[in-house]
Amino acid sequence: MTIVKHELRQSKTSFFIWTAAIGFLLMVCIFLYPEMKGEMEGINDMFSSMGSFTAAFGMDKLNFGTLMGFYSVECGNVLGLGGAFFAALCAVNILSKEERDKTAEFLLTHPVSRARIITEKLAAVLIQIIAMNLILYGLSAGAIAAVGETVPWKELNLLHLAYCILQIELAAICFCISAFMRKGSVGIGLGLAAVMYFLNLIANITETAEFLKYITPFGYCDGAELITSGSLDKTMVSIGAAFGIAGVIAAYLKYIRKDIH
Amino acid sequence: MEAIKTSSLTKNYGKSRGITELNLSVKEGEFFGFIGPNGAGKSTTIRTLTGLISPTSGSAKVLGHDIRKAREAILADTGYLPSEAVFYPGMKVKDILAFSARMRKMNCRKTAEELCERLQLDVSRRVDELSFGNRKKVAIVCALQSSPRLLILDEPTGGLDPLIQREFFDILREQNRKGATIFLSSHVLSEIQRNCSRAAIIREGRIIACDKVTALSKTNARRVTVHGSVALKGLEGIRNQTEGDGFVSFLYNGDMNLLLQTLAAGNLTDLSVSEPDLEEIFLHFYEKDGGRA
Repeated sequence: MTIVKHELRQSKTSFFIWTAAIGFLLMVCIFLYPEMKGEMEGINDMFSSMGSFTAAFGMDKLNFGTLMGFYSVECGNVLGLGGAFFAALCAVNILSKEERDKTAEFLLTHPVSRARIITEKLAAVLIQIIAMNLILYGLSAGAIAAVGETVPWKELNLLHLAYCILQIELAAICFCISAFMRKGSVGIGLGLAAVMYFLNLIANITETAEFLKYITPFGYCDGAELITSGSLDKTMVSIGAAFGIAGVIAAYLKYIRKDIH
Repeated sequence: MEAIKTSSLTKNYGKSRGITELNLSVKEGEFFGFIGPNGAGKSTTIRTLTGLISPTSGSAKVLGHDIRKAREAILADTGYLPSEAVFYPGMKVKDILAFSARMRKMNCRKTAEELCERLQLDVSRRVDELSFGNRKKVAIVCALQSSPRLLILDEPTGGLDPLIQREFFDILREQNRKGATIFLSSHVLSEIQRNCSRAAIIREGRIIACDKVTALSKTNARRVTVHGSVALKGLEGIRNQTEGDGFVSFLYNGDMNLLLQTLAAGNLTDLSVSEPDLEEIFLHFYEKDGGRA
């Protein structure tokens, strides 16, 4: 646990900034809902008649006038993109930063196996992602209750669970990238998260690109699908889990044998 | 027992050279010097012994453990001082020392306090505010606080002022007297000459000499300094000749009688003949076989 604690201490500022920023935006969106609720009829008509743009954000399948319809589009994007960026940043640096910042020589000459170091660093990433999601979940539920709406627990749980799984999958892939990198890899992590997000938008717009939903983890986080089906798409989640597990295994195999310069 | 034993240890970095067929033997309890200029392969050897990089071929044992199979067992009894001491920004010195001790599952507070006092290290300061020399002190305490059986030191004195250097070597000698093996890699030959009992010279990734420091320094060559006027032309065995205001100095490896006859023919005001220091021997090894100095 020494390395887990050390990593958590090292990244606490970044964790609090990201959590506060995403939490603040989520709450702003929720606090806007009562004001928009009265004007929803017109807005709903407008949002559902914008062609590809409507489809891209799943607004053709959702009633934007309901709390969950509004929440899954507005808050879903904040939570999806913000959470994905945080998870990617968190994981893509965790191993490579030791070589980039030249601290690897200090860390890796202590009597701790490389496997143990990888495991503890991975645990630190997971703890941060789960802690952030729990805080955001609590803030969202609290904000919904504060604006006088009944908290739709089932839908809320499903959405937040899907986004948490998305972040873990992205983190696992970025963790793998981190094991292979020697220098800064922030750009790769953020780029990967952004590409995955846009792949889902493309998959939503055109049927010919629908297969992309099986590649990007945003595919199983589509608020419209989640709320209408009432469950996670097991196939997509399984494919995502396979990507994540493969990433973690590759990270172990690489880093255990890696020459540290 | 040997603290370090390498057999044909080789590390290739693709196109660039690392170390080649390195055979080295350091006995437990020795104060061993490892000499070579930058890029000769000293750090590659140390990184291979500490498990930071894997050898391409050959084998090595540290404290009786195979470097490929028992990395943790080796590191549990080894203190390592890297040439460049870098730590996590934002951490205080005392946090770094405590973190290092926890990674070893040890409580080293008392030893760390003593070492910090002797090296005049302020533990309440943040490591990113420290000078290069003070960061080196942190690395020294990290390496020494667990009282390891083997100390591997890579260019340890860079950035340390002369008083702290003296204290540092006093600490090393004390550790050595208690039985610790010291493996000192350096290009500062006077450090090796003053402290080590044996030394190896590495050149372009290969060990070119390994012997007692006194034996390495022992040579037929003599440093001759002549004040006055003398005609040295035609005298064979002269190297490294330097001339100054009224004197000439050179390394002489030829017939001593011929030298005396030549000097007797001149008009001398002063003469000194001495053994060359290790630095001159070292340069001699590097000049051999058309090598560079």
